[in-house]
Amino acid sequence: MKKNPLWKVLNGIGLLILITIFALPFVWMISTSFKTLGETMVFPPKWIPDTLLWENFSKAWNSGPFLKYFFNSTIVALGILVLQFLTIIPAAYAFARYKFKGSNFFFGVTMVTLMIPTQLIFLPVYLQMSAWGLLDSLWALILPFASSAFGIFLLRQSFKQVPEELLEAARLDQASEWQIIMRIMVPMAKPVLITFAMFSFIAHWNDYFWPLVMTTTDASRTLPLGISKLREVDGGVAWNILMAGNLILVVPILFVFFFAQRQIIRAFVYTGVK
Amino acid sequence: MAEIRLENVVKRFNEDEVVKNLNLTIADGSFTVIVGPSGCGKSTTLRMIAGLESPTSGDIWIGDQCVTNVEPGKRNIAMVFQNYALYPTMTVRKNIEFGLVNKKVPKAEREALIQEISDIVGLTEHLDKKPQQLSGGQRQRVALARAMVKKPKVFILDEPLSNLDAKLRGQMRRELIQLHKRLGTTFIYVTHDQVEAMSMGDQIILLDQGVVQQVDSPMNMYHDPNNVFTAEFIGTPAMNILERERLEIFLPSLMDRVRHVGFKPEHAHISAEMEKMSDHLVMKSEIITTETLGAETIYTVMNQAGTMNIKSFTEPITDTQKVYIAIPFDQLYFFDENEKRIRATEDYMEAPMPAMVGGA
Repeated sequence: MKKNPLWKVLNGIGLLILITIFALPFVWMISTSFKTLGETMVFPPKWIPDTLLWENFSKAWNSGPFLKYFFNSTIVALGILVLQFLTIIPAAYAFARYKFKGSNFFFGVTMVTLMIPTQLIFLPVYLQMSAWGLLDSLWALILPFASSAFGIFLLRQSFKQVPEELLEAARLDQASEWQIIMRIMVPMAKPVLITFAMFSFIAHWNDYFWPLVMTTTDASRTLPLGISKLREVDGGVAWNILMAGNLILVVPILFVFFFAQRQIIRAFVYTGVK
Repeated sequence: MAEIRLENVVKRFNEDEVVKNLNLTIADGSFTVIVGPSGCGKSTTLRMIAGLESPTSGDIWIGDQCVTNVEPGKRNIAMVFQNYALYPTMTVRKNIEFGLVNKKVPKAEREALIQEISDIVGLTEHLDKKPQQLSGGQRQRVALARAMVKKPKVFILDEPLSNLDAKLRGQMRRELIQLHKRLGTTFIYVTHDQVEAMSMGDQIILLDQGVVQQVDSPMNMYHDPNNVFTAEFIGTPAMNILERERLEIFLPSLMDRVRHVGFKPEHAHISAEMEKMSDHLVMKSEIITTETLGAETIYTVMNQAGTMNIKSFTEPITDTQKVYIAIPFDQLYFFDENEKRIRATEDYMEAPMPAMVGGA
């Protein structure tokens, strides 16, 4: 069956359709970001604009305090990531390696939080932030995500797979629990940590809902909010400017992805095959 | 001095008593092998000495220090694990260095130690590789180097050769013997393989179901077993143990207390012709299988007394299945109803035995 050339062709066509479904909107976004407003409305659509309008990007960038947004987004996404690493690594180690009173119960509670949608709890969190006087500050965007049930779950599974003998060998080598975590567990879980970091970074970099609720001024707003404001320019929707703004939003993620992808492959190469 | 003593050590896992009131002394500088079938408590004993498991009751002494409640890293012990337990994300160098770093040994000294040890075990050119890039034998050497570099008082080896192929296992066995001679440190070696125990140990501790069966030198263990368990565990093939009832016609003058009679496969003569041999137990037998190993031949034969193994160093018998086996009376071993050895002649025999021949 697999050697049949017809099958190969069908396979290729199938893949092509899949790629088109995923890549087309992206290509369309890039294309639109270089067009004039007139060109965005043309039918049949033009894939390659007559002239590349680089000024769309500067227009988008200058339509608001984008440097500030960019800075805020970076602080929020990275701040969340650092705090998450600080909390999920010890938590996952404890859940994976210790049998303590109520460990199953606490792990169960942790898992249940995965099932609660953000929209259900934003109000109490909002009130809490308000009580602490943190509304409209970056803290309100970072603190609620300081830990991650998903991350704890993912990392716990990975820590559980480390053979007990490795920990025993380390204990005989006079390693403290902290050294065991940092020198043995974390390096072995590197692919999982990088994968998680990627998910977390992308989710919080792109997050629109939470900053929308928690912030009221440009001083603490993030990129997605800034981009959404581009739509309101001149009454109608300036698609070309909006898409340029989107591209600005997406480019850092692409960098993160390419960097992480290479890391993941490298990490798998030296832990996977025995 | 690092003599190791276990005093009334008991280990229970829930209701299951894995080690039962163990009293042992492991001499300083000895190569002691703890051997026994799987589930006999040998690994648990080892892990208690290492501190990876704490005894339910009893005390463990290393030298003049009671270490029962001392954590593993502080016992001055190094362990080699069955699956090596090398840190997969570290290079060979870092693997060896890890314990030294934790002990806060200065960098220059660490470098010198790593150099010295990797020379001894022949790893110098592999220092910057990761464990996955090494063969089984090389990984084994890394595990050894990691243990040696700490200059421990006691080496603990938990079935370290069981993941290697037969040829490499033989080689590593000889290397370990040399290493022990060179270091002069106490070695405690756990295995289920009696060949390893016989060939490497200068003291063997044979365990079964958490109870010590015999502590002895390899040759004593072989020639002078205390009980049926030891007799059936040591030797390739092990001693043949026969029920007394089925030997009644051959050995009429046995005392009542004798329940089992044993003989070693190599002590029996096998021949196609019946020879009149005085002072021998002669049984007409039938060959079931013949294993020719070159220098020796192992026959499994059946006769009135049961099935038994015979080891012969003469040319294999091929032309007939009907043979006679003859065992000298003075090479027979006698055991009582508790499977304990009966040693003195007057304790098992009422009168001198006549030469007898039984028909199959």
